[in-house]
Amino acid sequence: MELHDLWFVAIATLFVGYFFLEGFDFGVGVLTQALARDDTERRVLINTIAPVWDGNEVWLITAGGAMFAAFPEWYASLFSGFYLPLLLILVALIVRGVAFEYRGKREGRSWRRNWDLAIFFGSLVPAFLWGVAFANIVRGVALDDRHLYTGGFWALLNVYSLIGGVTTLLLFIYHGAVFTALKTSGGLRDRAERLAGQVGLGAAVAAVVFLIWTQTRHGSAASGGTAIVAALALVGSLVLNRIGRDGWAFALSGGAVAFAAITLFVALYPDVLPSTVDPANSLTVANAAATDKTLGIMTWVAVIFLPLVLIYQGWTYWVFRRRIGVQNIPA
Amino acid sequence: MDALLLARLQFGITTVYHFLFVPVTIGMSVLVALLETAWVRTGKARYLRATRFWGKLFLINFGMGLVTGIVQEFQFGMNWSDYSRFVGDIFGAPLAIEALLAFFLESTFLGLWIFGWDRLPAKAHLACMWLVAIGTILSAYFILAANSFMQHPVGTRYNPQTRRAELTDFGAVLGNKVVLATFPHTVFGCLVTGGVLMTAVAAWHLARRRSLEVFRASLRLGLAATLVGFVGVLISGDLLGKVMTETQPMKMAAAEALYETRQPASFSVLTIGTLDGSKPVYQLEVPRVLSFLATGTFDGRVEGINDLNAEYRHRYGPGDYRPVIPVAYWGFRVMIGAGVLAVLVALAGLWLTRRGRLPGRRWVWTVAIWSVVLPFIAHSAGWIFTEMARQPWVVFSLLETRHGVSPSVPGGTVLASLIVFTLVYGALAVVEVGLMLRYARKDPPDDPPPGSTPSGDDQPMAFAY
Repeated sequence: MELHDLWFVAIATLFVGYFFLEGFDFGVGVLTQALARDDTERRVLINTIAPVWDGNEVWLITAGGAMFAAFPEWYASLFSGFYLPLLLILVALIVRGVAFEYRGKREGRSWRRNWDLAIFFGSLVPAFLWGVAFANIVRGVALDDRHLYTGGFWALLNVYSLIGGVTTLLLFIYHGAVFTALKTSGGLRDRAERLAGQVGLGAAVAAVVFLIWTQTRHGSAASGGTAIVAALALVGSLVLNRIGRDGWAFALSGGAVAFAAITLFVALYPDVLPSTVDPANSLTVANAAATDKTLGIMTWVAVIFLPLVLIYQGWTYWVFRRRIGVQNIPA
Repeated sequence: MDALLLARLQFGITTVYHFLFVPVTIGMSVLVALLETAWVRTGKARYLRATRFWGKLFLINFGMGLVTGIVQEFQFGMNWSDYSRFVGDIFGAPLAIEALLAFFLESTFLGLWIFGWDRLPAKAHLACMWLVAIGTILSAYFILAANSFMQHPVGTRYNPQTRRAELTDFGAVLGNKVVLATFPHTVFGCLVTGGVLMTAVAAWHLARRRSLEVFRASLRLGLAATLVGFVGVLISGDLLGKVMTETQPMKMAAAEALYETRQPASFSVLTIGTLDGSKPVYQLEVPRVLSFLATGTFDGRVEGINDLNAEYRHRYGPGDYRPVIPVAYWGFRVMIGAGVLAVLVALAGLWLTRRGRLPGRRWVWTVAIWSVVLPFIAHSAGWIFTEMARQPWVVFSLLETRHGVSPSVPGGTVLASLIVFTLVYGALAVVEVGLMLRYARKDPPDDPPPGSTPSGDDQPMAFAY
């Protein structure tokens, strides 16, 4: 295994971590409209993710920075090529980020209403678009011989990528609903469990269609294996949710999200952005990578600091481990 | 539309905007940590009330710095893909390390700080704020190391086969003499920003004689931070001037609109008339000072724009290597002028409030309140100066800005994103300033110290969104 292979694994790990973590806080963001019946319940939902969503989002920033450093060509072609979807994601993340902090800062119905919409759409839009983006990465895009994307915006909205978007959206909502069941108490918890059961079925259908399509068009033996693990995790999570084992249901819904993402990366490898115009134009782990010197330095930094991050981020979840109910919301 | 111009405009707007929030984040995190330290050590209620009051303003600002920062990272790939291909081997690493070392630290421990009042012991809670402050300062180091590479590319070699700049020495990138000067210059500038903001808000309350205990302490801390910060800015700025003269002589010449090489060179305080190298109508100069700023001796030789342009043509091929002189000249002056005004206000404030005095005249307080704009003007002017006066280069001597833009992104797309960001940023600016003003005018919270009574499972949380 060469350094650029290792860094492909590292980038995949960062995105998998991002989808696992921000996946459920996107889901909770969507549920603020779908599950909460009044303002207090909405605040319960927001407060389940309030201390952690920001740290979850740093996984994306780290993944982006690591992609820039380890695979400059991939970063450059991808970000300039997927310009408008990324612009939408950015705007969504901006309004969503400030909405958590600002929504309670003034009285007034329209003030809250507007920030609630920001949280809802700011969660829904990226949850959908990340699926679209990663489906397109696996599917390949029109890259010319200078690795420039020539396909335009509408070419990114094909049937396969739209199913990918629906899959991530439903998976994240499911993941968020299971998280809500784990982190809340009382009626909210019961309704979260029920809703999880319903959304989970939809997510399972979308995921099975998406993963089978991925497997038949782009798959390998290995990606077939990870896709099956993803499917089993999702089914297991649904069963555990049904019998009220919230913690294990959440672990497995996270497992489903993670293995679905891993499947995409396994199917992609050794390409990082295939060209649909000419395979010779494809970006691969080899031709998109930085020098071994840069990768070597980055490896040391990652080996030392990533475990440290995992420890203190994990500790945060431990500190805020207790369930929250409407009785815990101050006036 | 010209994609290059639009992409530059967008980078300028989003960067200056982002950097309105960053100095407040860095400066205030240190000041809030100091106030909480005072509380933990003395147990005096006024420090806790101050911590919570300033913590609230800090948080209103923090989110804006965070979300506008994501745009910065994405923008390199979106608008500047050829730049990213060219420098990624060097430039990406500090960005990734910044996220891994600094952003995780900031965001995780800030979450613990905001919501941990009743979950953590007082000392652990305090440690969280210090970790946030350390995170913000670490983040400044890595991003400035990346920027310093653009000003003075070191630790790199151009590889003609891959047609990109490749890393040869990462230690040289992190130890770049430019970052060693810009890092303290920026961080002390952030301390000034925090100090002036604290001074201005405290002045508003003190002028009305409200919450005297809390705001007298805050005012003195704010004034002291401004003064300490300014001394740091001054020393590092002096160093930076000499480094700049050595590494980017054109930038220093542009800062002074110095067309002809002079020895000794005088510092131009201001110019009335044009800055195009023809005779200015009126110019106020201090003899020999530019020589000192640039070289450290009063009779040092400072090279002029015309000579440098000729020299650069000789070295880098045909072209025009002059930045836009009026922007450089005035950017440099506005930065220094606003910084000096801020410290004059701080010095006057320290004198007027010595030994517990409180000035009675209203205009004194009004001046202190309005001084809040000064550090923001200084930071913006400083960044506009240092980035614009590097032009036409994006990476000095290696890559011109026009060769860094994304070749595959049409002007219309860049225009669309420019409009979207301008509208979103404009609307959020109104919201953020409105909230800052609203919360700055509130009384500091009076309730019993949180954390003293750990809340049980059925009680309301000490703090919730």
